[in-house]
Amino acid sequence: MSFDPALLLLVIPAAAAAAIAALPGTRASAYVNAGASFLTLLAALYLAWTGEERSGSYLLIDELNTIFLVLVAFVGFTTSVFSANYVAYELKSGHVTPAFLRLYHALYQALALAFNVALLSNNLGVLWVAIELATLITVVMVGIYRTHAAIEAAWKYFILASVGIALALFGTILLYMAAQAVVGPGLAAMEWTELVAHAASLQPAMLNLAFVFLLLGYGTKIGLFPLHAWLPDAHAEGPTPITAVLSGLLLNVALYALLRCKIVLAGNPTVLAPGTLMIAMGLFSVLFGAFMLYRRRDIKRLFAYSSIEHMGLITFAFGLGGPIANFAGLLHMVLHSLTKSAIFFAVGDISQVKGTQKIAEMGGLTRTDPLIGWGLVIGVAALAGLPPLGLFTSEFLLVSATISNRALLAIPLVLGLLVAVGALFLQLNAIAFGEPKGVSRKAECSYAPMFVHLALVLIAGVALPPAIVALFETVAKLLG
Amino acid sequence: MSTLTFDIAHLLAGSLVLVSFLLLYQDRLYALLNVYALHALVLAAAVAWQAYAQDAPQLYITAAIALLFKAIVIPVALHRIIVKLGIQRHIETVGGIGSTMLLGMGLVALAMVVTLRATEGADLLAREDLAFALAVVLLGLLMMVTRRNAVSQVVGFMSLENGLVLAATGAKGMPFVVEISVAFSILIAFIVIGIFLFRIRERFDTVDVEALDLYRSGER
Repeated sequence: MSFDPALLLLVIPAAAAAAIAALPGTRASAYVNAGASFLTLLAALYLAWTGEERSGSYLLIDELNTIFLVLVAFVGFTTSVFSANYVAYELKSGHVTPAFLRLYHALYQALALAFNVALLSNNLGVLWVAIELATLITVVMVGIYRTHAAIEAAWKYFILASVGIALALFGTILLYMAAQAVVGPGLAAMEWTELVAHAASLQPAMLNLAFVFLLLGYGTKIGLFPLHAWLPDAHAEGPTPITAVLSGLLLNVALYALLRCKIVLAGNPTVLAPGTLMIAMGLFSVLFGAFMLYRRRDIKRLFAYSSIEHMGLITFAFGLGGPIANFAGLLHMVLHSLTKSAIFFAVGDISQVKGTQKIAEMGGLTRTDPLIGWGLVIGVAALAGLPPLGLFTSEFLLVSATISNRALLAIPLVLGLLVAVGALFLQLNAIAFGEPKGVSRKAECSYAPMFVHLALVLIAGVALPPAIVALFETVAKLLG
Repeated sequence: MSTLTFDIAHLLAGSLVLVSFLLLYQDRLYALLNVYALHALVLAAAVAWQAYAQDAPQLYITAAIALLFKAIVIPVALHRIIVKLGIQRHIETVGGIGSTMLLGMGLVALAMVVTLRATEGADLLAREDLAFALAVVLLGLLMMVTRRNAVSQVVGFMSLENGLVLAATGAKGMPFVVEISVAFSILIAFIVIGIFLFRIRERFDTVDVEALDLYRSGER
């Protein structure tokens, strides 16, 4: 085959990053960025439409990563549209210089490249390198404003994420050693498809140890409870489009790596159940994230904790396993990405309108800026899991799967969900309703990305298209 | 594999753990950097020996990186940064040296028990290497936790990373070892440049987000 859409997913961002880096930094780089992201989205959609599956020594395409690829390309594209307006405002208000635009957009495309390499790779070593690359790029982007707080956040993120990826590498080495004894030394022992094919004959104790390290390593990037400390700072201090990418994409790509490893373990009946560990970490993250939502003073920090809570829910769902919980996990992951990035789009607009991220200086947004205000209200309602929005479906499925499998776990789970709902509405009340507070500048933002995301979340809640249901069901089976 | 080959590999990997302990009780920055250079030197020797024992010439590249970059360039660069930024030369530690050493011994024992039990049936050399490597990784983590100064935290991370390289070279025929060691060198270069550019003198004392939150609301 001469035309390979999978390779396009790598070539487009790479070429765009090089082009932006070579051209002088002007507003045009924002359009190149959005255009390249759109082409990447087309390539991902084409790949999903052909529905082909194949695996070579480097590339792997199956239903699982098709979902991730389309999601990453879609959110990448809408964020680039939002970002074009956002940086234009930042440029006008003198926060940044044109040289910043060049660096920022080149990094944006490089990040898209790193995500696509991680998702398409059949090789656990390449997967690890791609996630390391994504980490480095996001560190630079978090610290890009060079304020004291931004540098501090970037540094903390850097150190914690480095330890995380170091642990993940140790896990990868252990996995290789387990495979090497069966498959033989060389490239094949790092291929995911080979690992799954020989999973039953791999040495169980080694797989156990490997999984613990992989869970700790990639769990740091997912933002699971005891390893989450970098997440709120990194979210609060970077440019808002990057916050949307962090929450909507980076966490998911790390989760993807963990899921691949879980599938390997699931193929071997004699190992410890990987699900139990994921359930425990997920549940703690839900409870921790939910309680931390109270008394946040910074709006980006607030939604960063909400990301911890939701990634906890998703990890819990995949840990629980079984067709219904896996389905719920996938649905929740996709919808959470859409909702959370929509919310961060709104938050970006809000912080430009109000000139601050402090919740205490906001109020009455639905009156002063109705479009942004109501967008945020719908987004938060979705996060809280209210019907008819899509996250209600996934949370409902998850809770019912928990009750039928491990009924006792439903108690802390539902407690976490309720606490989060209470906290979110308390905070939302202060931000969106009541007397208008603080300054209110004229908004110059694009509402389209936010409302497109919210509309998709609504459609998913009202009538999920059967084709997507079928796809998710297949993947849920694959996840075991 | 002949006994001598095995013994030398064992000796070098064991020495790496020993040097990790030396790192743990240094209380002066310059001495810490010198010991780190020794750490990298031992790693280079261990990797070169693995390259010879496994007949894997590409590992010599990894050994060369360890020798040139980690044992010479990085310590010299950090030395200059300390002078330029006027960083305090005395290292503050959390908890006493004695209790840290005891904790370190506990971690080494843990590493031995866990890996030797988990890798039963694997190649003997790989097993031993893996056990030592895990010990080095855990000692590096311990060092990062117990130091209050950014440079010594970075040295802790670099010693942790040396442990990973040891594990990767010990795993027979593992692909991408060279690429991974290059990737890690880039990461470390980033960190070192970061210290200099951002003038980070102290580590951020707390990962307690509440404290940061309070500090920020006062600032703005």
